[in-house]
Amino acid sequence: MDHILTRDEVTVPENLVYSRTCLLTDNALSYCPGCGHGTAHRLIMETIEEMGLQADTIGVAPVGCSVLAYDFMDIDMQQAAHGRAPAVATGIKRLYPHKTVFTYQGDGDLAAIGTGETLHACNRGENIAIFFVNNGIYGMTGGQMAPTTLPGMKTATSPFGRDTASMGFPLKMTELIAQLPGTYYVTRQAVHTPAAVRKTKKAVEKAFQYQKLNKGLCFVEIVSNCNSGWKMTPLESNKWMEENMFPYFPLGDIKLPKP
Amino acid sequence: MKDIRLMKGNEAIAEGVIRAGCDGYFGYPITPQSEVLEYLMATNTEKRTGMVTLQAESEIASIHMVYGGAGAGKRVMTSSSSPGISLMQEGISFMAGTELPCLLLNVVRGGPGLGTIQPSQSDYFQAVKGGGHGDYKMIVLAPASVQEMYDFAKLGFELAFKHRIQVMVLSDGAIGQMMEKVELDEQLPRLTDEEIVKKYPWATTGKTPDRPRNIITSLDLNPVKQEIININLQKKFKHIEETEVRFERIECDDAEYLFVAYGSSARVCQKAVQLGRARGIKVGLLRPITLFPYPVEEVAKLAKQVKGMLAIEMSAGQMVEDVRLAVNGVVPVAHYGRLGGILPAPDEVIHELEKNFINK
Ligand SMILES: Cc1ncc(C[n+]2csc(CCOP(=O)(O)OP(=O)(O)O)c2C)c(N)n1
Ligand code: SF4
Ligand SMILES: [Mg+2]
Repeated sequence: MDHILTRDEVTVPENLVYSRTCLLTDNALSYCPGCGHGTAHRLIMETIEEMGLQADTIGVAPVGCSVLAYDFMDIDMQQAAHGRAPAVATGIKRLYPHKTVFTYQGDGDLAAIGTGETLHACNRGENIAIFFVNNGIYGMTGGQMAPTTLPGMKTATSPFGRDTASMGFPLKMTELIAQLPGTYYVTRQAVHTPAAVRKTKKAVEKAFQYQKLNKGLCFVEIVSNCNSGWKMTPLESNKWMEENMFPYFPLGDIKLPKP
Repeated sequence: MKDIRLMKGNEAIAEGVIRAGCDGYFGYPITPQSEVLEYLMATNTEKRTGMVTLQAESEIASIHMVYGGAGAGKRVMTSSSSPGISLMQEGISFMAGTELPCLLLNVVRGGPGLGTIQPSQSDYFQAVKGGGHGDYKMIVLAPASVQEMYDFAKLGFELAFKHRIQVMVLSDGAIGQMMEKVELDEQLPRLTDEEIVKKYPWATTGKTPDRPRNIITSLDLNPVKQEIININLQKKFKHIEETEVRFERIECDDAEYLFVAYGSSARVCQKAVQLGRARGIKVGLLRPITLFPYPVEEVAKLAKQVKGMLAIEMSAGQMVEDVRLAVNGVVPVAHYGRLGGILPAPDEVIHELEKNFINK
């Protein structure tokens, strides 16, 4: 090898194959390295940019690790109380029926404290999109048991593993809301491999496209890792997710629009 | 020609918000205020002015829908009665933290718990001292007639947007349910989306290239910044205390004794003033219209004039604490209250005045 390319020699326009969407701000992401939240943010913002929806979109951030989503997404946003994002989004969308409105929520936010708001927003067929990042744990508060924590899984509040006899079963919110006539498009995806990322991107695009049809709520679950909460390396966590989370939360479309 | 109608208090405020150009109502039924939602649905607000009326799945959802609408610059409201208002405290606190304007109506019923569906004034502390978590205040308006139920819709929205604050109309089951004549005024137009963008540059109406993104949040993890946010909130409340006090003086000029009462209790006291005066007792009534900000100066002024004050409330003694703070020991202050949904009678009130101050 005679010459090692310098950084400046590599980063020239003709070598550019990909760049960060301009709708992600320059603020450093607050997520742990390896966490899926960042990729999920990126896909949503890329789609908004590509569809030219920035001036049209109002996002709702949850309480959870993504509480600061508005620091990273360069669009108008409201931060909702824990679990209430679908109600907040309902208030916005009903008063601005032509705008694009979405929520971004974790599993504790959406499937525990906000179960009621989620179910009823789905049941009313609110014309919004819900992006649901399911990592089977309460990441933000330090790794406690979530409604989606798998049986036997150890967390800070299930230190001997989730005992379904006393702690109940992981809640499949996505299957639950797919049964409601108010939902239009319901899918479960992941962001741990390039192939999964491409599929999720398609799902995000559909969720935004379908919103314009006013035919009901679009729901995209993203099964994701919480390497910190699971106490694993990012690689281990993705492997663990494939082996343990996907069998319980199988990936794929759950409800597709009727042709 | 004046538009005068015979209406229930709850119907009057519903008509009032429509005419005040309200954009959205989100609520959940509860006695004694379900007529508000029923009236809005029956009048078909969507058709009449384009106003959205939505029955939510709970009071929690209602208040967070209000949060969403308010955060996008719309004139939005909810209404409930005591147990429902308790459920809304989370959302109200979030609106206080984000300084979002809205109109809230509490048609108070007796508590604690499920209590009773009869009128009460036992939610004074909750309304006036904060209610939810954190250091905050709302503007609290206390209507004493069906006309004021109507008038405070428009006034409430004006104050809410003037100060970016939550305005609560603190009514009670009697004012909500009774019928009186009401003079209605003209329909105000609802603001267009373009007007909202111009008038409320902070609202999340969609980020356009000409401005940075708008964010509605009450979170700041930096304690130094969070303290500044709180200090600024307190400045706003102070400014409101200095500029928005409202009250009514009834026969106060020559009064030797004073009733202090708001809402239904003030109506009872108004009659008691007549009864007392017929018996030769020089008694007047101070009726606070804003409970926050409280008419502190007026009470203090009257304390230098009268020999005693009697706070009449349908509670075990809540507002009387504010009377005592304002009087600061200058004259004796007594309290008389009926509980559990019972309204005091005018002669009962006069009897209490005599017992406490005159026949001593
Ligand atoms: C009313 C209320 N209860 C509890 C909390 C504490 N809390 C903050 S985030 C959180 C769980 C978040 O978990 P999840 O929604 O799964 O998001 P993640 O951090 O895993 O992405 C909890 C319990 C809160 N902020 N508000
Ligand atoms: S705690 Fe978990 S969910 Fe939160 S940022 Fe870290 S890895 Fe992601
Ligand atoms: Mg989680």
